[in-house]
Amino acid sequence: MKYAFWPGCVALGGTPELYQSTKLVLNKLGIEVEELTNATCTGAGVLQEKNKKLGDTLNVRTFAQAEQMGLPIMTICSTCQGTMAQAQLAVINDDGYLAEINADLADEDLEYHGNTVTKHLLWILVEEYGLENLKKHFVRDLSGLKFAPFYGCYLIRPSDALGFAEVPERETSLERVIESTGAEVVDFKGARACCGLPILFINQNNSLKMVATHTGTAKDLGADAMVTPCPLCHLNLDGYQGKAAQKNRASAIDLPILHLPQMLGLAMGFTPKELGMNKHMVSTNRLRDHVEALAAPAQA
Amino acid sequence: MPETLIANLKVQRYDPESDNPEVYYQDYEVEVEDWFTVLDALIKIREEIDGTLSLRCACRASICGSCAMRVNGEAKLVCKTRLDSVWSPGESVTIDPPGNMPVITDLVADFKPFWDKVRQVDPYMQPTGPVPTAEYLAPNKDMVHLAGVMNCIMCGACVSDCTVLEVDDRFIGPAALAKAYRFVADPRDGKKKERLGVLNDDTGIWDCTRCMQCVEVCPKDVDPMGRIMVMRDMAMEEGFTNTSGARHTESFYNSVKRSGRLNETRLAIESMGVLNIPGQISMAPVGVKALIKGKLPNPLDHKIPSKAAVKKIVEHSEEPSK
Ligand code: SF4
Ligand code: SF4
Ligand code: SF4
Ligand code: SF4
Repeated sequence: MKYAFWPGCVALGGTPELYQSTKLVLNKLGIEVEELTNATCTGAGVLQEKNKKLGDTLNVRTFAQAEQMGLPIMTICSTCQGTMAQAQLAVINDDGYLAEINADLADEDLEYHGNTVTKHLLWILVEEYGLENLKKHFVRDLSGLKFAPFYGCYLIRPSDALGFAEVPERETSLERVIESTGAEVVDFKGARACCGLPILFINQNNSLKMVATHTGTAKDLGADAMVTPCPLCHLNLDGYQGKAAQKNRASAIDLPILHLPQMLGLAMGFTPKELGMNKHMVSTNRLRDHVEALAAPAQA
Repeated sequence: MPETLIANLKVQRYDPESDNPEVYYQDYEVEVEDWFTVLDALIKIREEIDGTLSLRCACRASICGSCAMRVNGEAKLVCKTRLDSVWSPGESVTIDPPGNMPVITDLVADFKPFWDKVRQVDPYMQPTGPVPTAEYLAPNKDMVHLAGVMNCIMCGACVSDCTVLEVDDRFIGPAALAKAYRFVADPRDGKKKERLGVLNDDTGIWDCTRCMQCVEVCPKDVDPMGRIMVMRDMAMEEGFTNTSGARHTESFYNSVKRSGRLNETRLAIESMGVLNIPGQISMAPVGVKALIKGKLPNPLDHKIPSKAAVKKIVEHSEEPSK
């Protein structure tokens, strides 16, 4: 299995532990990736506010690069995945629009024919790699732990761009992957809610209320950690959880927020430090002690 | 003979006139046909099982907008929702009143806050200039475009599930903002700039998180969030650039233009406004902690190799279209 890998700006910037843990996990799974070092930001819906066509052009540019490489794209960010899926939908059934965009790419000798498939790592595991295959690489049983899923808006909505009708298992993919590690899924409404990041710098009170509600509810339901395939969600849910709790709750929340590959890495026997869990804002020490006290991982 | 189908509906009840008013769930088992909508099942319960169950509906054909409620936690127009799309035999389906509004009784919510917000955006044409001798005319293409918004049936599904209204009831919200767009984008209206100026304030267009929930649940494809995004761009074009929202979009845009990638640190600083000292200080504790953990993103740009080509694409897109 080989993919053109688009880590996204946040994995390359604000959440380096995501990049680090993804690389370890992919290596373990034998999934090969070639990084799209010359791709741009997807625009994350923000750039599209100002200029939708520019957003579509930059994404089509990335699709064309992958098409030239003959590889499907792997993303590790809900926001990248959703934004790219929306761009693909915008050009795939509109030849005139695609031709206009291609004209802007001619300078770089790029032309997109519409064939690039873009999938989040989460979907690749469920749809292509298979959970049974995935489990073969697990050496540490995480049963006894409770994890709350948190998808990120862009991996849930709009459902037509994300192909839920064609591939219904996408809708519950995160719950399935959590279960595959032996951990218990915390069932809560916040799993499909918004983390509030897009308005963090615009209306901080509202943004922090969202963080406090979702992490607080999960914690109250007994979650040991929250697991997310979206590094932007991580920035808010981890980075601003302390402040959110201070402003909105009587007590601290202290719920570690794990990137999806970090959870997989724990099940694969990597140490929390190897997975960059020491780089989080919310302390992961209790989770670390718990995991390290589990029976020493058997050799895979 | 086809077997009889029995559906199990778990319905939220509330009777404000009981001695001890409280919200609770009641389970109903009702015989249904395979072509039933959720509304058909609810009406059958009311007519044949429990005449005390209150709900709103009128046209039963997704025109009047009366029957929005939550089905398994998500707002739906129940006359447009086939039972078999949300329920399968052996399971139960949960019905709640629409969210983000006070409940009057059972599945009936008080729409007063909804209508107050629609009124707040002055939902009527305000033409300026000389009065024409006949009707005010608008080009066909503009009307076709506006028809997409005028399809709104004021059902409140979007308001029910809006993630911002959940934490802040002052937000104008998706339905009223879509209505505002209907006038802002109408070439016959003369108050575009004034309208945008008001919508640009707190609780307006910049408070939306872009969660797409309203887009997902709208039964008429009105796309309220898409309209809000267009009004953000229009507001910036009209010169309303001194909001953290506008600075956020500008900063993001310029970062991609300079380097092809996002620069989160500058995004944070520039959104707040470089001169917004209290704002900068309120962000600082997290920034300082991030620095200690060695993860504050470099304030210099992460450049990509062919940034010149990207800059050219961006500049080209800024040229007025031919
Ligand atoms: S969406 Fe986010 S992570 Fe993805 S490329 Fe853009 S800014 Fe980066
Ligand atoms: S949950 Fe937050 S960061 Fe994640 S996709 Fe939604 S808005 Fe973005
Ligand atoms: S996109 Fe904006 S208006 Fe629509 S539901 Fe989300 S926050 Fe509300
Ligand atoms: S925008 Fe859609 S969901 Fe909202 S009130 Fe209008 S029709 Fe209903």
